[in-house]
Amino acid sequence: MKKTEKKLLSNKLLKSPTGIQGFDEITDGGLPAGRPTLVCGGAGCGKTLFGMEFLVRGATQFNEPGVFMSFEETNVELIKNVASLGFDLDNLAKHKKIILEHVRVERSEIEETGEYNLEGLFIRLNYAIDLIGAKRVVLDTIESLFSGLPNQLILRAELRRLFHWLKEKGVTAIITGERGDETLTRQGLEEYVSDCVIMLDHRVTEQNSTRRLRVVKYRGSIHGTNEYPFLIDENGFSILPVTSLGLQHIVSNERVSSGIPALDKMLEGKGFFRGSTVLISGTTGVGKTSIAAHFAEAACKRGERVLYFCFEESPKQLMRNMLSIGINLETWVQKGLLQFQATRPTFYGLEMHLAATHKAVNDFKPQIVILDPINTFVIGDKDFEVKTMLMRIVDYLKSNLITAMFTSLTSTDGRTANNENGISSLIDTWISLRDIELSGERNRGMYIIKSRGMAHSNQIREFMLTNRGVELRDVYVGASGVLTGSARIAQKAIENAEVLTRTHDIERKKREIERKRKALEAQIISLYANFDSEEAEAKKMIETEQDSIKRLEQDKIEMAESRKDVNEIIKTNNKPKKHKIDES
Amino acid sequence: MKEKKTKIKNATKEFDLTVADKGPDKYMLRLFITGATSRSVQALSNLKKICEEYLEGKYELEVVDLYQNPSLAKEEQIIAAPTLIKKLPLPFRRIIGDMSDKEKVLKGLDLKRIV
Repeated sequence: MKKTEKKLLSNKLLKSPTGIQGFDEITDGGLPAGRPTLVCGGAGCGKTLFGMEFLVRGATQFNEPGVFMSFEETNVELIKNVASLGFDLDNLAKHKKIILEHVRVERSEIEETGEYNLEGLFIRLNYAIDLIGAKRVVLDTIESLFSGLPNQLILRAELRRLFHWLKEKGVTAIITGERGDETLTRQGLEEYVSDCVIMLDHRVTEQNSTRRLRVVKYRGSIHGTNEYPFLIDENGFSILPVTSLGLQHIVSNERVSSGIPALDKMLEGKGFFRGSTVLISGTTGVGKTSIAAHFAEAACKRGERVLYFCFEESPKQLMRNMLSIGINLETWVQKGLLQFQATRPTFYGLEMHLAATHKAVNDFKPQIVILDPINTFVIGDKDFEVKTMLMRIVDYLKSNLITAMFTSLTSTDGRTANNENGISSLIDTWISLRDIELSGERNRGMYIIKSRGMAHSNQIREFMLTNRGVELRDVYVGASGVLTGSARIAQKAIENAEVLTRTHDIERKKREIERKRKALEAQIISLYANFDSEEAEAKKMIETEQDSIKRLEQDKIEMAESRKDVNEIIKTNNKPKKHKIDES
Repeated sequence: MKEKKTKIKNATKEFDLTVADKGPDKYMLRLFITGATSRSVQALSNLKKICEEYLEGKYELEVVDLYQNPSLAKEEQIIAAPTLIKKLPLPFRRIIGDMSDKEKVLKGLDLKRIV
């Protein structure tokens, strides 16, 4: 098992990393090492630059010297042109890291007189490669030869030989070609270079220009097949590998506070998961930005870095507005923990926005990213594109374990706007803010539509903006529905009054019972008293009765004694004992 | 074939100097070939024939083997082989190929009028 794996590994196509941001991710490692790659595209799409960055990165990052053979620009021009991208070609040339070889072909000077080949070119290239031990070669744009040398048959044969020779030489080569009408390149170079073909494109839609890159073909390797937007700026190329490599984000169990204690309480008391995506949707003026500002402030307090994209307000305006609810964002900006990126959505195309977002995130390396609001992107009927863009952003942020908060404006009538439906599946925690209009006032309600992976409250809370920030209150939910604002307060007053009268009732009843008990007790006491006196009387009567009984008996005895005297004497003679008793 | 191969270093400079010395009628030619391939041999013999026929005593021909002097290829902006460079008389010309097309060689050498 292991052996076959190893064998497979050794058979696997070797790649030559370009060092170009994002490109190596799309191609799973870079260009095919030791093979030629065709880079084609229209005028001004960045072919030369792509090649040049490949060489410069190779020389500076991967210790692979390179040869740049230019058929169009002279060395001096080249050095000047790429200096604006921060490449110091002059210096690299001096240190034998890069050789610039300008090939001049002047049609007017040339006379063809029979059979020839391009061995001169081969010799030059070979000499340059051997001189510095080059591993990388760029031929820009070899098609210029077609205008200089009239014999196409020879030229084509020689080009085929050249690409073959490059392969044998084992250098990783980039050949640039101008885009043709129906073919990838004007001269059909794709016929000869078949290992890897990359297309660059520069399109303008709705007045927004977007550069895109596509890997048309890559023999022996997996690669992303989409069109990837890219930027060329002062740091060279940056390509967005978004959605290239599936859903394999790292997940975190760590929680981050929303900055609003009551909201945290609704989310198991802990807040959002780190690396999750939070959507705050709501109608206009409902406080989406305020929640985002809370979140940002809380993160800065924890010492995390926050990147805040605002598409509607300028940073200054936003900071001023947030001061009114007691959030001072400016201090965090000064400390360098908070960065604002303010651009009008219409400034770029969607792809460029994506690219710019990517770049800003890469540069600032935040833990938290806020996009406020996302639906300003939807201009016209571009829902699908917006969704894919957001998906790419979410994807990218997730893979970097960045917690993202988006705000989204919904229309006042519907509960969910189309935009939300489109992206709701991407969202981990979705908090909805809504207006509750009742008895002549508008109040804000907040509830959690979903929150993946945690128990969350199903309650609607009333959401208030105070000068101490956002506060949440329990709304009144009763038979008459959800009540907020003054209606809630009135309802509470009614309830309070009711409670008060009830307590009064109870008190009164208690007192009544007490009184009754006391009355009863008094009665009992008087009864006792009656009874006592009766008892005493009765006792007295009994005593007198008993006394009289005793006296009667005494009398009887005495009478008997007096009558019995004679008899008794006789008896006592017989029964001396009895006599004694009587005596005693 | 490799007759004048002795001057290797600074060959161009010396060549330029000698060019400056010669009068305007003198043809300064330089043929770049790639080893002893049949095409190289053919080009040289074809060229020699033409020169002997039209420029007898008026030309100087230097033959350079690019394999031996690869750096010259860059200096002289050589792409094709064989290439004949005519530095003088002006205009500067590159005549590429095996010199089998005599008409075109003559045209390249600006000798067509003479014919």
